[in-house]
Amino acid sequence: MLKFLLTRVSLVIPTFIGVTLLSFALIRLVPGDPIELLAGERGIDPARHAALRAELGLDRPLLEQYWIYIQKVLHGDLGVSIVTKTPVLQEFLTLFPATVELSLFAILLALLVGLPIGILAAVKRGSWFDYSTMGLSLVGYSMPIFWWALLLILFFSVQLGWTPVSGRISVLYWVEPVTGFMLIDSLLSDEAGAFRSALSHLILPSIALGTIPLAVIARMTRSSMLEVLSEDYIRTARAKGLAPWRVIVVHALRNALIPVITVVGLQVGVLFAGAILTETIFAWPGVGKWLIESVQRRDYPVLQGGVLLVASVVMAVNLIVDLLYGLVNPRIRR
Amino acid sequence: MKKTLLASVCMAAALGLSGNALAAKTLVYCSEASPEGFNPSLYTSGTTFDASSRAMFDGLVAFERGTTQVVPGLAESWEISDDGKTYTFHLRKGVKFHTTRNFTPSRDFNADDVLYSFNRQWKKDHPDHKLSGGSYEYFNGMDMPKLLKNIYKTDDYTVVFELNQPEAPFIANMAMDFASILSAEYADTMRKAGTPEKIDLEPVGTGPFQLVNYQKDAVIRYKAHPDYWAGKAKIDRLIFSITPDAAVRYAKLKAGECHVMPYPNPADLKEMEKDPNIQLLSQEGLNVGYLAWNTTKKPLDNPKVRKALNMAINKDAIIDAIYLGAGVAAKNPIPPTMWSYNDEVKDDPYDPVLSKRMLAQEGYPDGFEIDLWAMPVQRPYNPNARRMAEMMQADLAKVGVKAKIVTYEWGEYLKRSKKGEHQSILLGWTGDNGDPDNFLYVLLSCAAADGSNRARWCYEPFDDLLIKAKRTTDIKERTRLYKQAQVIFKEQAPWFTIAHSKVFMPMSNRVVDYKIDPFGGHIFYGVDLK
Repeated sequence: MLKFLLTRVSLVIPTFIGVTLLSFALIRLVPGDPIELLAGERGIDPARHAALRAELGLDRPLLEQYWIYIQKVLHGDLGVSIVTKTPVLQEFLTLFPATVELSLFAILLALLVGLPIGILAAVKRGSWFDYSTMGLSLVGYSMPIFWWALLLILFFSVQLGWTPVSGRISVLYWVEPVTGFMLIDSLLSDEAGAFRSALSHLILPSIALGTIPLAVIARMTRSSMLEVLSEDYIRTARAKGLAPWRVIVVHALRNALIPVITVVGLQVGVLFAGAILTETIFAWPGVGKWLIESVQRRDYPVLQGGVLLVASVVMAVNLIVDLLYGLVNPRIRR
Repeated sequence: MKKTLLASVCMAAALGLSGNALAAKTLVYCSEASPEGFNPSLYTSGTTFDASSRAMFDGLVAFERGTTQVVPGLAESWEISDDGKTYTFHLRKGVKFHTTRNFTPSRDFNADDVLYSFNRQWKKDHPDHKLSGGSYEYFNGMDMPKLLKNIYKTDDYTVVFELNQPEAPFIANMAMDFASILSAEYADTMRKAGTPEKIDLEPVGTGPFQLVNYQKDAVIRYKAHPDYWAGKAKIDRLIFSITPDAAVRYAKLKAGECHVMPYPNPADLKEMEKDPNIQLLSQEGLNVGYLAWNTTKKPLDNPKVRKALNMAINKDAIIDAIYLGAGVAAKNPIPPTMWSYNDEVKDDPYDPVLSKRMLAQEGYPDGFEIDLWAMPVQRPYNPNARRMAEMMQADLAKVGVKAKIVTYEWGEYLKRSKKGEHQSILLGWTGDNGDPDNFLYVLLSCAAADGSNRARWCYEPFDDLLIKAKRTTDIKERTRLYKQAQVIFKEQAPWFTIAHSKVFMPMSNRVVDYKIDPFGGHIFYGVDLK
């Protein structure tokens, strides 16, 4: 197990270098100049432009810039945003809990709904339930998030008035950020109704963000269940006269879950990608929206630091999933 | 109606609105983005000014709400010396700064605050010059370092600004956001406490609202400044609910989650007009969209060729198709709401036949090839430059001119066009201070021909008029000079003037006395809720 752990962890190092190199190189390969963008139509006088570039270190050779950047990163310094002049790490730490909260809810929703649907569809293979849920999951998988999110808002918030349109909590509440997780913070605060408000604000964005993982999980569970259900040992279990639910949940599901866990781990990356759109639409103050803005503004430190931090989280989650996988399936450990 | 009522009840339940929260008059504004920060002298975007200077600070002078007229602010009155080089401001007495969690002012506003606010931006050795990144782009962009010779106080309530040369627009510059007055005492206190960064993060001003708290990308909360010198605001609390997507802002307005929203989608305007719960205010913006001909490149160096090209483009069709009725045709480089606008100038008619004949007379019977640059972004003065360029391309083809559409990433576009790589370029401008100089001199003077003057047009008779108008503070004389300049502009045709776009502000019917700011700002002092 230790060897397995070490191999997995050692793989993180090249990935880390790759991510820093890519995020550093890509943003510099696309044309654009953060200083020009800040100045806009007004323009900026060439001497001042040069002075600002020098101040930001953008006048040095690329390799030197990268070297300085890596050294700083290793010392835990991710730099300061060109636009807001705030340290990147500080901005990330205020925004990241919002993304985590949303992603957790989305994946929870996807699991709670996707797993039972997948199991049922497999058990009732060929029934109307199977066809309709698999059809719907295909639709869910192919749906553009921004469109789906707007549709949800227009129907549930504007037409029915059941859910709030956007944000993390009603603007009338001020909840002092303690953990950064609004649900926890609102419970800790003494404002009555704040928790309920925070919960109601989570519903639509979780649905919007959770739809694609839900569809993937449902389809994956179904196909993996079907495969397992046709195995000999299932027939044996049935022949032993075990209760049908016991055969499905205890014997079949446990083995069917292995590929599903991998997929869930991979969905974390998908969730972060989806969070970019979901956060923009639902005015959700998370890192997705922050990263998009940094690209538009060519805010190099934010983009580099942000991508690195998000990538680290995705790597960490995948590492955990790999370890879990090893636990569930001992054959992998060798 | 029943459904709406039910919806709002559910809404209130969902939001958990308590009686307390509703008792104070709270106006919610669905703003479009987070501010870059809260010290207006450090930043350049309108979003930041809305959240900082326009809510929390005052300048020595101000623009009267909804107009471009300069009125007294923290200075009750001012005098300008005969040579136009010395401005003496007499400051208002009894003006209180905000009292916040970590600062209680011990004195009223005085000349030291004015000196602090300007010297911090101007003097490189000022202790706070380098604070928060220390780049003061507007102060530099308005050429203040070149213009200012000296600033000093003669007593606690008199400040003198000496300039290196007469500059008539100076007084309007003083009403701009970068010229907001910060508290010198607060800066001092924070520096002594070892937390100078708080000067900019937790701002203290004299303005109508004071900051309560801010959460990036989510919400900014203000409360009315109880001792505001011009009288306490009519609303008790002001909340910016940051909502980047226009469709979602509209949904929030409909669901009653905000009272005012900026920048609606043009496609939603018709529906908004019909909605009985929404009032849709509109006003011509202080802007211009134009197509600049690079007058240093052949054959565009010939004014007759430029004139012919101007007659080849169907302006009305563009305004219908691109601005969707939210724009008025432009014939001058300055908008009609600005003083000295010359309405007697006649626009070039759309006449492809005459245009083709004129081109033939100038030696181009078969036309020629040019490039036509189109912006990659939506701007207030041009909602869809790419589509506009295609329409222009089709029009120009009819007179034999083959235009190739070129586009770059926005920063690159600005940089390359400043160097004059283009032959013709779509761009525009939104005014800063309501002075015609801020359009004509910035966009068309010889001094700017290597930068913001994208036509790279340097025409002495025109330039002389602009310089003369800068040197005199007599508004009648300046009006005369600018009107004359507009005539020359039209004859020489460095631009094809396209449109001045209209600004739309949808808001709840409960909002009373909102006035659209010609500078594109969003101002809530003076606004009430019924």
